[in-house]
Amino acid sequence: MADFETPELKEIPEIPKLKEGAMAHSKPYIAKAEFQEELGFPGELLDDWKEKAIEKIGDLKSRYRSVQVFLDICVKCGACTDKCHYFLGTQDPKNMPVARQDLLRKVYRRYYTFAGKFFGKLGIPEFVGAAELTKEVLDDWYSYYHQCSQCRRCSVFCPYGIDTAEISMAAREIMDSVGVGQKYCNEILGKVMKIGNNLGLPEPALADTLEGLEEEVFDDTGVPVKYPLDVKGADILLVTPSADFFAEPHVDGLIGYGKVFHEAGVSWTMSSYASEAGNFGMFIGSYETMRRAALRIRKAAKDLGVKRIVFGECGHAWRVAYSFLNTLAGPFDFLDPNYPVPQHICEFTYDLIQEGKLKFDKSENDHMTLTFHDSCNVARGSRMGSKMNGQFEIPRAVIKAVCNNYVDMPADTIKESTFCCGGGGGLLTDDLMEIRVKGALPRMEGYKTVVEDNGVTNLAAICAICKSQFTKVLPYYGFGMTDIVSVHQLVSEAIILSDAPSEEAEDSDDSSE
Amino acid sequence: MPIEVNGKTYETDEEGYLANLSEWTPEIGEAMAKEEGTELTDAHWEVINFLREYYEEYQIAPAVRVLTKAIGKKLGKDKGNSKYLYELFPYGPGKQACKYAGLPKPTGCV
Repeated sequence: MADFETPELKEIPEIPKLKEGAMAHSKPYIAKAEFQEELGFPGELLDDWKEKAIEKIGDLKSRYRSVQVFLDICVKCGACTDKCHYFLGTQDPKNMPVARQDLLRKVYRRYYTFAGKFFGKLGIPEFVGAAELTKEVLDDWYSYYHQCSQCRRCSVFCPYGIDTAEISMAAREIMDSVGVGQKYCNEILGKVMKIGNNLGLPEPALADTLEGLEEEVFDDTGVPVKYPLDVKGADILLVTPSADFFAEPHVDGLIGYGKVFHEAGVSWTMSSYASEAGNFGMFIGSYETMRRAALRIRKAAKDLGVKRIVFGECGHAWRVAYSFLNTLAGPFDFLDPNYPVPQHICEFTYDLIQEGKLKFDKSENDHMTLTFHDSCNVARGSRMGSKMNGQFEIPRAVIKAVCNNYVDMPADTIKESTFCCGGGGGLLTDDLMEIRVKGALPRMEGYKTVVEDNGVTNLAAICAICKSQFTKVLPYYGFGMTDIVSVHQLVSEAIILSDAPSEEAEDSDDSSE
Repeated sequence: MPIEVNGKTYETDEEGYLANLSEWTPEIGEAMAKEEGTELTDAHWEVINFLREYYEEYQIAPAVRVLTKAIGKKLGKDKGNSKYLYELFPYGPGKQACKYAGLPKPTGCV
C-alpha cells in the first residue's frame, strides 16, 4: 500500500521510544509561483529571505500578543510531550509540541531577546536556547510545521495554555512571506478566490450535482426534497464544505441537511459564490487571506438577502465561523437577531428535535453501533448552542435521537481531549500520506477499543477533513473505509418525511410496474 | 517526472498528472495505468470516457454521485455505486481515474 510501515495498534496505548529524525524526510510539495502570487506572497524563495523572515517574526509578535507570550513563557515542564498524535505515531522527538515550538522559539530568542542577542554575538546562542536562522532551520520549519494539524490538543495539557497551533500558523505565514508556501493549501485558496470553493466546482457543475441529488432523494423517498442554489430572498443561507457536494460519505450528510430543512418547512439556499465553508486561510496563518475568504460569505448573504446563516459539517469552518466571523466579516446586523450568527447545522437539527418537530424511525440505523469522533476545531476551537460544552453534547444528542446504539470512545480520547483524525490543518494531501497514517494511530486505538469491547461498527463525524481522512486511513489499520459516516447521514436515514407517500401506496406502485 | 509514450515526452506534475490537458491520448492513459500496475479494461474506459466528457462540459471532474449514477445508467444498477468504482480504481475513482483521463487531480477536503 505504501513505502512506510503502518504503526501497530497497541492494547494499551504507550508512550513510544524516541527515534530522532524519523520524519525529517516528510515535506509537502511547494506551491508554484502563480498560486503564491495570487495570495500576495512572493513566488519563490527570496534572496534576502533570512532578513525578511526575521522581520516577519517581529511583525507577527507585535500583531499577535499571543504569539509573543507563547514564545516567551514555556518553562519546558514536558506536560505536552506525549500529547501530540504525530509524536505518538512517529516517535520523532521534533513532533513533541514543545520541540515543534522551539523550532521557531530559538530563532525568536536569537533576534528578539537580550540574552539571545548577547550570546549570539559571542557565537554561542545555544547557551540560552537561541539559534541563528539558517537554511537548515528553514527546512526544518517546512518539514515539521507541516506535521502539525493545529488541533490544539497539547494546549489543553499545557499548564500555561501555550497553543502550538498559533505557533504553527505563525511559522507558515513567515514561510509564505519569504516565498515558501505549501502547494495543497495555497492552490486550494486560489480556487476559493477564483471559483468559490476548495474543489473548484463552477456554478454549472454545482447546479448539475444538486439536481442529481434531488432526483436521487425523490427516487428514494418519493418526496421532492429540494437542494436550492442561489435563491434570492430565501431565509437561510447554508454554507457547507464543497466536499459535501463531491465525496462520500459527505454527500449523505448534505442529503440529510436538505431533509431537515424540508421537514422544518423553512426556505433555504446555498450560494455558488460562497460555495465553501472551509477557510484554509486559517491553516496558513494568514489573517488577510482568511478575511478574503470569509468576506465571500458575507457578500453572498447580503446579495441573496437571507436572514440567517447556517454552517454544514466542517470542523475548521466552524471555528472560523463561531470564533472569528463577526470580527473578520461582520457586523452581521442585516441578519435576523433572533437567531445565532452563525448557527451550526447540528444546532439547527437539535433545536427542532427538542421542539418535537422531527420524527425518526431509529431502527433504520439498527445495523450500526455508533461512536462519535469529536473534530478538533469544533471541540477545542469553538462552542455550539447556548450551553457550555454544547459542542460535545449537541452532536451526541442528535446521534442518540436517530440511533439506538451509541458508545463513546475512551474518555481521554474524546471531547476536549479528542485526538485529531491525523489529516487536519492543511495536511489532507497525498504527499503527506505517511504522516497522516501515523498521526491517526491514537484515534485508531481509541476506535479499536470500542470496536472490540462494545461492538462499535461505525464512527460519525462533523468535519469534511475527518471524513476524507478516515476513508483513507481506516483501511491501513484493518478497518473498513466506509466505517466513517456523516452525522446528518444518520439523520437522513432515520428521518420520517411527513409528506412521504404511505407504504401501501408505494407497494401498489411497485405492483403496477 | 515527465512520461514517455511512443517516443514523445509529456510533462506531468509532481504526482504524475498530465500538465497539459489537451495533449492527452488514450495511449497516455494506458501508459500511466501500466506504470501503476493496472491494465485498463473496457470497464475502466467506461469511467475514463465519462470523466472526460463531463470535464469537457463542466471543467471539473464529476462528483461521486454524478459518476455512480451515470455508470449505473450505462452498465446496470449493480455497478452504479462507489464499491464497484473502487474495485476498478483502488486508489479512489476520483483521483486515479482522473489521472488516467488526463484531468487535474481533484483537491480540497476529499
